[in-house]
Amino acid sequence: MGILIRALLLLVLTGCSSSPEPKDWLYQQLGGAPGLEQLADGLLREIEQDRQIVHHFKDTDIARFRKLLIEQFCELSGGPCKYSGATMQESHTGFQITEADFDNLVGHLIKVMTEQQVPVAAQNRLLAKLAPMYKDVVYR
Amino acid sequence: MQTFAKNIAALLLLSSLDAYGAGSKVLATGGATSIEGGAGGGIVPWAVINGYGSSGQWSVTGAVSQVGVDDFTLNSRSISLSYDNKYELSLGRQQLQLDSMGGELNQQIIGLKYKIAGELLYSAMPQISIGVQQKKQLDFAVPAAVGARDEQGTDIYLAASKVWLDAVWGRNVLLNATVRATKGLQTGLLGFGTSSDNGYQYVGEFSAVLLLTPQWAIGAEFKQKPDELAFAREDHWRDLFVAWFANKHLSVVAGHVDLGSIATFRNQTGYYLALESTWAF
Ligand code: HEM
Repeated sequence: MGILIRALLLLVLTGCSSSPEPKDWLYQQLGGAPGLEQLADGLLREIEQDRQIVHHFKDTDIARFRKLLIEQFCELSGGPCKYSGATMQESHTGFQITEADFDNLVGHLIKVMTEQQVPVAAQNRLLAKLAPMYKDVVYR
Repeated sequence: MQTFAKNIAALLLLSSLDAYGAGSKVLATGGATSIEGGAGGGIVPWAVINGYGSSGQWSVTGAVSQVGVDDFTLNSRSISLSYDNKYELSLGRQQLQLDSMGGELNQQIIGLKYKIAGELLYSAMPQISIGVQQKKQLDFAVPAAVGARDEQGTDIYLAASKVWLDAVWGRNVLLNATVRATKGLQTGLLGFGTSSDNGYQYVGEFSAVLLLTPQWAIGAEFKQKPDELAFAREDHWRDLFVAWFANKHLSVVAGHVDLGSIATFRNQTGYYLALESTWAF
């Protein structure tokens, strides 16, 4: 038992020193430009069918939102793009997005990535980059 | 046994209605249900709130578990109600079968938990909750005979839980640390306080979980215990477990436990098995 706990700790410690990987590793894992377009379209489909959150988007220019989402995910994942939209805080202020709304969107993202067979490690990497945005998006 | 099989079949059937009453929280972020009733690992209460109800949502969670060690069997069942991913009320019932001595001890546990701060997945700060457990030993004769002072006791704990996304090999890791003030002897199964010491004892409880996939996790727990009874040594508890989150309605946890010495019976090791069903509104 003690050995197993020590092994788990060792695993946690050594896991932090990751081997060198290309700067655009995540971008490639997400399928590059076509992968990100699919991801955005998948997300839009999920949002459209989600009665809890769809109302937030009733006045949104969807074509613009789609383009900015792809740009942002591309830049975040180390791809060859520059995000040209507003900051997360600016673009989400006034919508009173709740914790449940945020959870729903995360759930949709996981579902779509899983459908597109994005490996779990890449899914988690993207989620790790998005999670800190919570405070800029929710209850503003 | 037949009704047990029927219950399982009914649970599985209900749980196949995946999308209905699922709640918004991400899969596995409701944790499992501990043997004391609220959200946690198997033996440690976490800062996590039970079920998948997020802000403004309710959830109801039912759980049954069995711990089988050399000379004892502990059957636990509980139901809990959560709201807003902040408040959790749990009603638990534990039956400790004294397999070698004969007889049984029953304990009732009413738990309340309140999330003070943080978001398990989203904030740099861990999610922090405070909880109380009002425990009552319903068969006090044996505990009284071996030196317990009271049949009732109140535990108070502060728990911190956090998920680190992409922490190890691209996998997510949950760590939980809990500090508990308790007078419980073997968590209250043998009563509360002794004639020589009726003060609170402070103990630390820890869980580490590696989420291999969104549905599968492995983990380890350590639960520090006081050692107050004169007639028998009380040891810290440990476990290793595998958890499977079938969907937002059904999870199963199987583990190996090491409970040390209990009421003079040494080296109590064995299995842990838990089944949980949860619904959100
Ligand atoms: C980390 C999570 C999120 C990311 C990365 C994200 C990203 C974005 C981006 C890039 C834009 C376009 C910004 C612009 O117009 O300049 C946007 C707009 C928007 N987001 Fe989010 N978002 C997130 C969470 C959410 C959530 C949870 C909701 C609600 C369910 C939401 C609702 C909206 C709405 C309604 C708009 C359009 C605003 C408008 O029409 O002006 N977002 N988001």
